[in-house]
Amino acid sequence: MNETAHETGSIHTNKPDQASGAVRVAAARLDAVSKLYGGFAALRKVTVGFAVGSSTVVLGDNGAGKSTLLRLIAGLIVPTRGTVKVFGDEPRWQRRRIAYMSHEAMLYDELSAMENLRYFAELQSDGCGCVCGAPERALRAVGLDPALTRPVGQYSQGMKQRASLARVLQTDPELLLLDEPFSNLDVDSARHMVELLMEFRSRPVSAASTEQGARGRTIILTTHQAHLAEPLAETTLTMRAGTILSIVGAAREGAQ
Amino acid sequence: MSRVMSELRNDLRGLRRYFGHVWCHLRKDLRLEWRSRDSVVGMLFFALLVVIIFSLAFDPTAAVSREIAGGILWVALLFASFTALNQSWTREQRNRVLDAQRMSPAPASALFLGKALANLIFVALIEVVLSPLFIVFYNLHALGEGWMLAIVMPLGTWALVCNGTFFAAMSLRTRNRELLLPLIMVPISIPALLGMMQATTAILTGESDPAIWIRLLVAYNIAFTTVCLLLFETVLSAE
Repeated sequence: MNETAHETGSIHTNKPDQASGAVRVAAARLDAVSKLYGGFAALRKVTVGFAVGSSTVVLGDNGAGKSTLLRLIAGLIVPTRGTVKVFGDEPRWQRRRIAYMSHEAMLYDELSAMENLRYFAELQSDGCGCVCGAPERALRAVGLDPALTRPVGQYSQGMKQRASLARVLQTDPELLLLDEPFSNLDVDSARHMVELLMEFRSRPVSAASTEQGARGRTIILTTHQAHLAEPLAETTLTMRAGTILSIVGAAREGAQ
Repeated sequence: MSRVMSELRNDLRGLRRYFGHVWCHLRKDLRLEWRSRDSVVGMLFFALLVVIIFSLAFDPTAAVSREIAGGILWVALLFASFTALNQSWTREQRNRVLDAQRMSPAPASALFLGKALANLIFVALIEVVLSPLFIVFYNLHALGEGWMLAIVMPLGTWALVCNGTFFAAMSLRTRNRELLLPLIMVPISIPALLGMMQATTAILTGESDPAIWIRLLVAYNIAFTTVCLLLFETVLSAE
């Protein structure tokens, strides 16, 4: 276990692989990152790394900077100061390897879950319409019927969250970013989601990803409900007022 | 030689992939509109009201109609298209779908092109419904070369929807986007509006050659389509 109590958190950083001698790149790394919205600092000089294959739960009150941290890693916003690297590169060049899910469904209300998933799978693929059954598999995995023609707008909140989870899982990401995924769910649905995420984590990464240095799937999850995310909390990162208050958890290989 | 062929093959594959993504966005927008009918119905009612009210207000003779019909038609389409253009991006913002779009590896300009083409189809549908009504209400028949309207209408419509789709995306994150879109779009579209109105009037009255206005529209479309495609990713990522 390791524990720090300042804005510079170091879970895992780039370090030579003991077996091969090659440098292992962190799944995500922030160096002295600040994010300002006008005069408000959502993140203040945060330095933190997330090792490939790690699972981190980010805790903190509203406005602590959890969502900003995730959106920076996803490449949806850019830092005011500092640098963000995902697999050693700018996030926008690694979009195929990242998936981001927020507490909102990120799906079209007018389309069915299957139509939504097919659409996003086609955008992820080479755009030639072949998505090779991934949407069906993803929907079955989260317990939704792929044949359901009802539009997503008529789904219950739990069903919407499951469809949203299927959207991110179908792309088989190496880095999964989950922003408050349990916020609209009852306890049972949240537990089911955690089980799905545990199962996802245990899946081997593709041969192509292994060649690029990936040795497992990385999950970064923000939540208020720490007890629900406990099985995924290999490392727990607590934030307050845009800084990292503490990092508690199993120090994996590469931790400093 | 084989290297040139292989590069050509790669380029073709890239082009095919790009237009695959454009088609994917276009199909999705058509499907969304088919399910909700928000844009087309709103546009249709607005355009019909403008055409009928102008006809009742001025009660024009056939000669006067030919002078003013081009202006009325394009003004009706311009204002009607504002509702559809704003609506097309509001859908993307709902449920934060736009974030999912931005996370996808598909090029942002493909999203723009797909949406602009969908808007082109919606406005073209309105034109198809509006044309016979125009002929009836304004007692119109072209004295010039009527077939040239088949060139002017798509060129003018593309000028409207291309700019409109771009500026609607630009005003997406502002509070008064319904107000902001016409404020930005109309001044920039003045050369195109002038071109489409003058060309239509020239064809209807037969008094002048519309060729110069058609050339203006072609040049305007090439310039603005290129700029919109190049700048769209920046607009989409703006915070």
